[in-house]
Amino acid sequence: MNINATLIGEAIWFAVFIWITMKYVWPPLAKAMSDRQKLIADGLAAGERGKHELELAGKRSADALRDAKAKAAEIIAAAEKRGAQMVEEAKVAAKVEADKVVAAAKAEIAQQVEQARAELRGRVADLAVAGAEQILKREVDAKAHAEMLTALKQEL
Amino acid sequence: MASGEPLTSSAYIVHHLTNLTVGQGFWALHLDSLIVSGLLGLVAFVGMAMLARKATAGVPGRMQAFVEMLVSFIDQQVKDTYHGKSPLVTPMAITIFVWVLLMNAMDLIPVDFVPMLLGMAGVHFFKVVPTTDPNLTFGMSLSVFVVMIVMGFKVKGFGGFMHEVFTVPFGAKMAPVNLLFRLIEDIAKPISLSLRLFGNMYAGEMVFILIALLGIWQLPLALPWALFHILIITLQAFVFMMLTIVYLSMASESHG
Repeated sequence: MNINATLIGEAIWFAVFIWITMKYVWPPLAKAMSDRQKLIADGLAAGERGKHELELAGKRSADALRDAKAKAAEIIAAAEKRGAQMVEEAKVAAKVEADKVVAAAKAEIAQQVEQARAELRGRVADLAVAGAEQILKREVDAKAHAEMLTALKQEL
Repeated sequence: MASGEPLTSSAYIVHHLTNLTVGQGFWALHLDSLIVSGLLGLVAFVGMAMLARKATAGVPGRMQAFVEMLVSFIDQQVKDTYHGKSPLVTPMAITIFVWVLLMNAMDLIPVDFVPMLLGMAGVHFFKVVPTTDPNLTFGMSLSVFVVMIVMGFKVKGFGGFMHEVFTVPFGAKMAPVNLLFRLIEDIAKPISLSLRLFGNMYAGEMVFILIALLGIWQLPLALPWALFHILIITLQAFVFMMLTIVYLSMASESHG
């Protein structure tokens, strides 16, 4: 237990080491540790945010899919309706066209019948005139009369 | 062991407990304490400073992780106990713990190892454990004491400090008694701080020396004592640090 100047020397050493620790050891280490703490906290927060965003994106994509399906169904229904409508329209148009054609044909037929009739009428008149001529030519000849009649018959 | 001395048990013990001294009277210096404590401190703190300079906030290396673990453990102790703002307390606690731990750990070197090596080199006395030198423990505890008083003045101001000295714990009417109590309390602090460390390490070293005297029987005894001593080494370093923190927190918090 001999106290001497060593005490002062050790106190100086102590002060020197405290100074080194205070200036060069503790501040950079404390900074590194708090920086790392912040880094880790930020990373965890980012991860959490990413997870949340993924969840949201999943929800959004499901929504979009559902919308798309609904829209597609709508479009298909509209197309089917339109198709049916077009078929219906075509049917109507065809019917109209057919009626027109039929009417035209009927008119033509009627015209031709009329024409034929007129022609026949003309012919009958001619024949009557011709017959009368024959009759007038061979008035006395019964035989010839008969012959004429037969010829007339053949004509008819 | 120094050659030429009679090889008695007491001579052996005394030899092991004698410092390498230069000078006379008060101005004598224990070179062994100064050199060992200085070297250990320089290696530890300059090493830590170099490591801290390269410290990154990214993934730490093994050494950085180890040092960070140590200093954050000490910082946690400081935060739990000391609620002031002084930037001195944590570095001081780190210094105390690391330095005292290393100096105490010198006790685990077999007692004859270093004196024998140095004896061959012509140095005949060498106490390798600086904490068995009361000069070192008092040097540290008195430094702590000075910091404590200065911090008390700084935090509370001269008036507040004096008010606390004269009125705690019995009030202003019992001022002389309060002053006496305060003096005893404050003087007891550095003395108990240093003598606790010194006594523990001195006694531990003494037991090592006594075991070393047992001849062949030292073999089964030195190891268990060394293992047990690891506990004391760590505990004493921790106690010195913890009490320092407590004293400084008491100095910076008014308890009245």
